[in-house]
Amino acid sequence: MTTALLILIALVTLCSAATAMLLRNLIHSVLLLIGSWIGVSVFYLFAGAEFVAFAQVLVYVGAVSMVVLFAVLLTRRSRADMAVSPDTQSRAVSAVLAAGAVLAVLLYAVLLTPLPSGISQGPSANVRQIGTELMGTHAAALLVIGMILTVATLGGVVIASTDGASKKEGPK
Amino acid sequence: MNAAQDTGETLLERAPQALRDLLTSHLPEPWRWFANSLIAIVAILAVFGLLFAALTLAERKILGRVQNRPGPNRTGPFGLLQPIADGIKMLSKEDIVPRDADHLLHFLAPVTLLASSILAFAVIPYGRHLIPVELDAAVLYFFCVGATTELAVFMAGWSSHNKYSLLAAMRALAQLISYELPLLLSWLPVVMISGTLSTTGIVAAQSAWRWGWMPTWHVFTPWGLAGFVIFMVAALAESNRSPFDLPEAESELIAGHLTEYSGCKYVFFFMAEYFGMTALSGMAVTLFLGGWHAPLPSLEFIPSYVWFGAKLITLLMGFIWIRATFPRLRIDQLTRFAWKFLVPLALVNLGTTAFWSLSFGWTGPLLAARCTVAVILVVVPFVLLGRRLSSGLTPRTYSYAP
Amino acid sequence: MIHHPLELCLVFSSLLFCIGLAGALSRSNSILVLLGIELMLNAANLNFVAFWRYGPSPAPATGIVFVAFSVAVAAAEAAVGLALVISIYRRQRSIRLQEAVRLKG
Repeated sequence: MTTALLILIALVTLCSAATAMLLRNLIHSVLLLIGSWIGVSVFYLFAGAEFVAFAQVLVYVGAVSMVVLFAVLLTRRSRADMAVSPDTQSRAVSAVLAAGAVLAVLLYAVLLTPLPSGISQGPSANVRQIGTELMGTHAAALLVIGMILTVATLGGVVIASTDGASKKEGPK
Repeated sequence: MNAAQDTGETLLERAPQALRDLLTSHLPEPWRWFANSLIAIVAILAVFGLLFAALTLAERKILGRVQNRPGPNRTGPFGLLQPIADGIKMLSKEDIVPRDADHLLHFLAPVTLLASSILAFAVIPYGRHLIPVELDAAVLYFFCVGATTELAVFMAGWSSHNKYSLLAAMRALAQLISYELPLLLSWLPVVMISGTLSTTGIVAAQSAWRWGWMPTWHVFTPWGLAGFVIFMVAALAESNRSPFDLPEAESELIAGHLTEYSGCKYVFFFMAEYFGMTALSGMAVTLFLGGWHAPLPSLEFIPSYVWFGAKLITLLMGFIWIRATFPRLRIDQLTRFAWKFLVPLALVNLGTTAFWSLSFGWTGPLLAARCTVAVILVVVPFVLLGRRLSSGLTPRTYSYAP
Repeated sequence: MIHHPLELCLVFSSLLFCIGLAGALSRSNSILVLLGIELMLNAANLNFVAFWRYGPSPAPATGIVFVAFSVAVAAAEAAVGLALVISIYRRQRSIRLQEAVRLKG
């Protein structure tokens, strides 16, 4: 029962991710990728990691997807531009070959590693435990993450802002 | 289910569970869980569906009275059947989809929006034991479901293949993203003080009585009041209500991202707006207004769900009152208000809350000092930021042609 | 044959990783490349949760804490990456990676 559920989640996630990478319409790709992100968060829920599942939806569906969609709309010249021009055949083939090779190595490693028999009943971390661990053991890492996020946000704003660029470029 | 174990609960208090158990107690275990869930879903849809109908009528009536006109009064006694007439009219309208529209996304947008706004009802405690789903991270769940609305707005705007739809959707997204920040920051203090993300736990943290009569709701503390006000302002903007109703501003834009929607799909958007407003008010009641607790110890004989409903309806009436009273903001004023006023205020409020929880054990004269410092920490940034916000705005001088 | 949930999770995450890799390598649109990298990050997070849940000696919440950090870093990466994409578009009027060859804008 649980295995079937897991396979279903995996299939939905993988199919939407694969389709997203194949489609030519950028917006459709992004929306399908959002579908696969939601699939991953459903997997987290399935595994009992409630907190990360909701954090994943909040960050990916609420924030990252919006940034991506805005970027897509800001970087096109016409509506017809939305369909990406097809990539060269050789490039696609070599990409699939490279990914296939990586997949083969990964699957070889995964399937041949002896895993402990019997399903260990994993821990159930409630939000309080996660909070204590974040603030206690990993407090330094939390501060560093905060710094990274601040710097990244400021950097993003500086890079994307038009104030400095328009002076240098002059009229287009 | 174990409601009977608690002492001092009246028959009315236990009535919803008793009714449910009467229906499902004879079922075997997996089916019983299924039936219980089904009953919860049906109950939520029925109650909030009816509330939606009543709310549209109340809004039109109240707006009418405020604007010195009678409002709808032809359908049924005092116009009470107006929502039914509206429903029949909207549902029997033709569903028009633009020829060049992205049909699948055009259909998915209202469905996503409505589904996400209904999902938000799952974690609100409506009464002493009346919570559909008990989650450890319930508040996080509520806001992560709310984040999906942005996606639906984008899908609606983009799939319509209409430049007005797309432009308005981008404006709506700018507004939603801007106000999501103060919304999320304003409830963090509650989590800091309650020490839990579960809605049941947050309500339980507000159950005590100070001096035997004053409820310890979060709104009665300096940081709680500030947080509540920020939350409600952000909630107004998040649910596209006046004075932040720029996404669809009937009198200015065409209809925003709803331009190309008609019939049933339009009703979906409309319902989602009201459901979202109701869910956010319900969350505000849970986070700041003591959830289902009675305001006085002597009033506790009235069932808890009645108190929840009363608080919810009060907040919703406040929404309607604000809509009737305030003029609409301009888009630049709107974003400036969010980024330069609400976000800094919410951040300062986090600091105030930290001080409040650090000074938890203070008594006697120190208690007075604690309250004074907290009030100063709330009021001074409010005044300073407010001055800066309105610094460029002098009273308008009119010059007339000679 | 797969008979352990952990094995299934690992196969799932390897497949997701390789889909992301194939996408990032084959597409020439820089936004899609970035999204492929996001998919690969997601696959890594999936492994964290899988090992936390089904792994041999689970620590109380370490796997989850790592995923939380990783999600935060992914958000930062997306913000900077897309800002770069917009900046490149402004200078080159294109977001095809093959056309972004000038080092000096």
